[in-house]
Amino acid sequence: MSGSRHADVIVIGGGIIGCSTALHLAKMHRSVILLERDQAGVRASGVNFGGVRQHGRALAEIPLSMRARRIWADLANLIGTDGEFMVTGHLRLARKESDIAVLQSHFKAVSECGLGLEFLDRSDIDRRFPWLGPDIIAATHCPTDGQANPRLVSPAFGMAARRAGATLVEGAEVIRAVEDGGVFTVSTRDGLTYEAPNLVNAAGAWADTVADWFGERVTLKPEVPQVMVTEPAPYRYGPVLGVVGGDLYFRQIPRGNVIFGGGEGRTEPGHNRSRPLPEIASRTAAEACRIVPGIRNLNVIRTWTGVDGDTPDGSPVVGPSTTTPGLFHGFGFCGHGFQLGPGVGAVLADLIVDGKSDTDIHGLGVARFVGGGQGTAMTVAEEAHRTAPAVNDAGSD
Amino acid sequence: MSQPRIVIVGAGPAGVRAAERLVDHGFRPILLDEAPRVGGRIYQQAPEAAGFRRSAKALYGFEAGKAERLFATHERIRESIEHRAGALVFDVADDRLIALIEGKRHEIGFDRLILAPGAMDRVMPLPGWTLPGVFTLGAAQIALKHQGCAIGHHVAFLGAGPLLYLTAYQYAKAGVTVAAVVSSASLYSLAGNLLGLAAQPATAAKGMAYLAKLRSWGIPVIGAARPSRLLGRDTVEALEVLVDGRIRTTPCDAVALGYGLNSETQLAELCGARFAYDRDQQQWIPEIDAYGRSVGREGLYLAGDGAGIGGADAAELRGVLAAEAVLQDLDLPRRDDNADSALRQLTRWRQFRGALDRAFPFPRQLAKDLPDETILCRCENVTTGEVRSAADRGLREINRVKAATRLGMGRCQGRICGPAGAEVLAARLGVSVDSVGRLRAQPPIKPVPIAALAGAHE
Repeated sequence: MSGSRHADVIVIGGGIIGCSTALHLAKMHRSVILLERDQAGVRASGVNFGGVRQHGRALAEIPLSMRARRIWADLANLIGTDGEFMVTGHLRLARKESDIAVLQSHFKAVSECGLGLEFLDRSDIDRRFPWLGPDIIAATHCPTDGQANPRLVSPAFGMAARRAGATLVEGAEVIRAVEDGGVFTVSTRDGLTYEAPNLVNAAGAWADTVADWFGERVTLKPEVPQVMVTEPAPYRYGPVLGVVGGDLYFRQIPRGNVIFGGGEGRTEPGHNRSRPLPEIASRTAAEACRIVPGIRNLNVIRTWTGVDGDTPDGSPVVGPSTTTPGLFHGFGFCGHGFQLGPGVGAVLADLIVDGKSDTDIHGLGVARFVGGGQGTAMTVAEEAHRTAPAVNDAGSD
Repeated sequence: MSQPRIVIVGAGPAGVRAAERLVDHGFRPILLDEAPRVGGRIYQQAPEAAGFRRSAKALYGFEAGKAERLFATHERIRESIEHRAGALVFDVADDRLIALIEGKRHEIGFDRLILAPGAMDRVMPLPGWTLPGVFTLGAAQIALKHQGCAIGHHVAFLGAGPLLYLTAYQYAKAGVTVAAVVSSASLYSLAGNLLGLAAQPATAAKGMAYLAKLRSWGIPVIGAARPSRLLGRDTVEALEVLVDGRIRTTPCDAVALGYGLNSETQLAELCGARFAYDRDQQQWIPEIDAYGRSVGREGLYLAGDGAGIGGADAAELRGVLAAEAVLQDLDLPRRDDNADSALRQLTRWRQFRGALDRAFPFPRQLAKDLPDETILCRCENVTTGEVRSAADRGLREINRVKAATRLGMGRCQGRICGPAGAEVLAARLGVSVDSVGRLRAQPPIKPVPIAALAGAHE
């Protein structure tokens, strides 16, 4: 690395959240040091399914998701590549009667948001997406959603941050961070220390450890989404698919490969490595055949997993610490942080530079897990869960 | 107490010998292999139902006796083993193999697992290598031994190593016109390793005999050649190489190429075996003890060319030793002591093999000089230049390059492009090839139809 170990902001974690935060801060002329244990964009951010959806999210996430979507629209200008982002629409599918109630309740709840959702019954499906299997009885369609290639997008955020002037230190494992007199001192395993008046916790599946250093105990459960890809086949399936309940997601890219996933692989202690499970691959393959029967004879050529952190209520933690001024969190994305990533970086940069953001994130604060402060807000997500179970479809996107 | 479940993957020389030894000690191992009949690649047999018959002598040359003895062993034990032919093992859980058998997904539990999955050709691309008519040496052999046909009428052979001469010899014996046999290795490097090769004089002599035969038939046998390109419009029409700085063009309608073999290690990796880079073999191989016990995964044993290239004779010995290790680890009294003799013989094979590897090195300098526009990964159409530019952008590890370029992401999972891809990357970075890592194995290790994967869940 070059030179100084002092900056305006230190970011822990070089996933899409950390890199996007570093990029936005650098563009706002703040000096940033980003510390990444491995390489930027290679963990969950780089190996997720690649869905770019606003659809089917908890209400508390929607303003953030829509902010992110505006950034996605201009991605090439921001990071130098469009990352294969395509607006293909997203279908959320109902397989049983009770799913329809979930779709309807969400449809109503977000009607004011401007997502432009459409409600499709089976005859609409027959007309527009006749390749969907007979088990699909209804769907909602979000025409502004799409998909992108995470293994290109997430590392590109890191490279763009670097070009904008941020210092990215890869291979730097943070082992401790403390705050004293408004200065954060961050120590890495190689014996170096870094200092800044602001700290961003974007440590992914390991972010609960960082939060804990500052007295904020949020229990993260590792989530290990398992995804697979087929050989290329003629391009036929445009929209990204998800289901109520989140146990299957599906997309095809124009070069022909079908990418689909569901269920979870297994992670080793410490979550540094994960691996797919054959039983999950089998179940997911069966469900995918039910939803899109036309894929039955395609060959699967690869399966993989990544590790994210699940919060107790299924929505991420985004915003300032409740205990330590200058500390900001962006973690616990529960397997659906890829689309949000560019927006989270913009909002955290707003908060650090301006002390406020125009984007409403009041339901995503850490207070909902550690008590005090804005405790009742969490609840947007909670309430959504109560009135419409699994409104925030689990699983990677 | 019920018998421990012992499963052997691979019914080549190693797998059959391991099965034999286990049967002789009262076990009933499960033997799985992709092919319909035993023999592995080296002693591959035509399908029983095929209407063609060639003698073992015609198919296997000097090795016919060994092939016939192996088949006889299989005949002797076939009632005492559970041989599942046509079984593609594509994934492994803790104590279960996941396999495709006759299009259906099966789970096969094991307490002890012997992996003997063999090896595959090691390829170095050159301009024109994706033209129709270009095959690996192994594929050319499969065509001959399994399918009863040749890859062309007028075939040029290009590469390095014993398989180059053997395959050319087999083709010539089968009546195919061999246009030329062109080696990137020099006779000088062969001479420099004569001492090591003398550790197996009979085998070394056989190699020389193949060479002499080819020459006596008037086939051009060229050494120390520098492959430059394959020419042709819709299909391959000529091989062009440089010899002593002069262009030499060999017209042909098919090319078989290969520079030695790579161990098939994907299952071992999914099992949790530890790997180390072997400088003689110029590849990553699973770490094992003298008997083939995996370092890093208890209950796993590796035998045959899947645990580092040793050839068919060594594979038989290693099959015996792997079975021996299983018996030892089960704490069973053993009837004979031929394991010690196998260990001693294997030591001599190792000396021979090391000399062979040094005599026929993987031509890494060719990777350095490959034109940017030459396709490196043929599954995903990734060019050499794309890999170099990934290196220039700061990517220093082969899996990162895979993520950025798609190298090794296709149907073959990098079996074909992986070794050359690592060489191209290392050459561009100016580092040794082991420091760029190795492509990770991912299930399914070979393509599996979605509906078959779904299995009982469907």
